[in-house]
Amino acid sequence: MGGIHLLAGFDSFTLTWPYFFDQLVAGLTLGSLYALLALGYSMVYGILKLLNFAHGEVFMIGSYIGYFVLTALGGAASPDVPIVVLLLLMFAAGMLGSGLLGVAIERFAYRPLRSAPRIAPLISALGVSFFLQQLATLLFGSIPKQYNTFGLHNGSLFNRITLGNFQIQYMQLIVVVSAVVLMLALTQLVARTKVGRAMRATSFDLEAASMMGIDIDRVIMFTFFVGSALAGAGGVMNGLIFQNVNAYVGFNAGLKAFTAAVVGGIGSIKGAMFGGLTIGVAQAFATGYLSSAYQDVIVFALLVVILLMRPTGLFGTPALQKV
Amino acid sequence: MSALLELSGINTYYGQMHILQDVSLKIGEGELVSLLGGNASGKSTTLKTILGIVPARTGNVRFGGEDVTARRTSYRIGRGMAIVPENRRLFAPMTVLENLEMGAYLQGDGMKEGLERVYSLFPIVYERRQQLAGTLSGGEQQMVAMRRALMSRPKLLLMDEPSMGLAPILVERSFEIIQQVHASGVAMLVVEQNANMALSIADRGYVLSTGRLVLEGAAKELLAHEDLRKAYLGR
Ligand SMILES: Nc1ncnc2c1ncn2[C@@H]1O[C@H](COP(=O)(O)OP(=O)(O)OP(=O)(O)O)[C@@H](O)[C@H]1O
Ligand SMILES: [Mg+2]
Repeated sequence: MGGIHLLAGFDSFTLTWPYFFDQLVAGLTLGSLYALLALGYSMVYGILKLLNFAHGEVFMIGSYIGYFVLTALGGAASPDVPIVVLLLLMFAAGMLGSGLLGVAIERFAYRPLRSAPRIAPLISALGVSFFLQQLATLLFGSIPKQYNTFGLHNGSLFNRITLGNFQIQYMQLIVVVSAVVLMLALTQLVARTKVGRAMRATSFDLEAASMMGIDIDRVIMFTFFVGSALAGAGGVMNGLIFQNVNAYVGFNAGLKAFTAAVVGGIGSIKGAMFGGLTIGVAQAFATGYLSSAYQDVIVFALLVVILLMRPTGLFGTPALQKV
Repeated sequence: MSALLELSGINTYYGQMHILQDVSLKIGEGELVSLLGGNASGKSTTLKTILGIVPARTGNVRFGGEDVTARRTSYRIGRGMAIVPENRRLFAPMTVLENLEMGAYLQGDGMKEGLERVYSLFPIVYERRQQLAGTLSGGEQQMVAMRRALMSRPKLLLMDEPSMGLAPILVERSFEIIQQVHASGVAMLVVEQNANMALSIADRGYVLSTGRLVLEGAAKELLAHEDLRKAYLGR
């Protein structure tokens, strides 16, 4: 299929379809991770109108939990359990731990400030974020912990499946499929269950929801649990792909995911998913065709352009007039 | 008559603003009481205090013989209160059916039965069950808001200005439903600015003025009361 000779400076290696698909696959992988993280920002904002700055740190802790489970089960090179079990346990522990952490943060850092001016919980969120970064550095050291998942099954998880021009690593497939499964589960939870209906009602009109007898505190707690558990899963995925975790890994991922939530329309679940994929793909193409130095410029330029065209994001609805 | 709901010495604040001042009122089992007053006199705040959405700083709320002052809203709803809020407050992006389900949120098993009751009485609601509530007309929204409140078979139904924003024919329809519900034995506290209409169907009434109860009595007496007319003309 040859090269696309459109842009000067692009060489014969980068201007091929296989290279293009590699970037796309890398972008979708990264994007599904951002999407999982963006969901938590969006769901919490939908109900509390709070930007949960500590969400990236919940992701970081989830990533550490994944690492400790991996290590406790013998490490990547010689795990004591089959790989499927190992991965499932890492995800389960990361999600549970992050979920509980999110609930604790809401209980102790946000709930006492719920009727305070809106700046107060925002500052509290920043405080929690720094606190968790420092705590992780203190407890786990400043040297990144290595997942070494290249070592799993002699590195075979990083082998590629080839379909024509299209190639995907098993590890990327694992990440994308897990993310899709989790997002489908969330969509069903929100659309079909009683607690899901309560979440939607509360998100639309908190006071009216409480007038129906919905225990708002419980809905908020549940929302934090679910959103944080998804962040925990994202943290484990991050470790699997990028091979390591440090105390600051949540900052960058959190920023991108927050951008994704805004691009998609904050408060919208569909928007968070779509925004995550968009940001992931944009970042991968910026890195692949320009330079990784430009990735943030491209991502935030995209944010500005989309917000100029649609101030409420791609799937956001303009705030309804409430009298 | 034993009181179903009793407020005694209620003082409610929004921050520093003292809204309800020493409000005491009673509603008997099955009684229809109207609460009248001009704009910003504290009518909605009274309903929110009854539900516990706004806490009373001092005073007591008793419901069904139980002191619920320190109880949360969900508890009070579970004991048999329900509300048709001001401006209806339907969940616009959710379907009519989902809105009705929210009305029976604490009901569990009673829900199916409640839905069937609503459907058989109001086939129109059944036809519209999959429509998004936000796309209903104002009158339809009012009907759904009333159905939603009745889903839990409440002992006490609070209604905040059910006639607001409705065409005269729909106002009449709303008052007919209020009378039906009353006839079925449900106690009601109906907030209205339309004093004549509200008192014509009520057993008793209270009049609020800037957070204080200034008049109370049998509906017939209030209708004839000189001060009430003055209050309404003078506001
Ligand atoms: N959440 C709030 N925060 C601060 N002040 C409030 C709040 N809600 C109501 N108020 C104030 O309390 C007073 C009483 O309001 P309330 O809504 O109870 O009046 P109302 O009698 O229901 O009026 P209307 O007939 O216009 O509905 C008003 O001065 C209002 O501005
Ligand atoms: Mg009012």
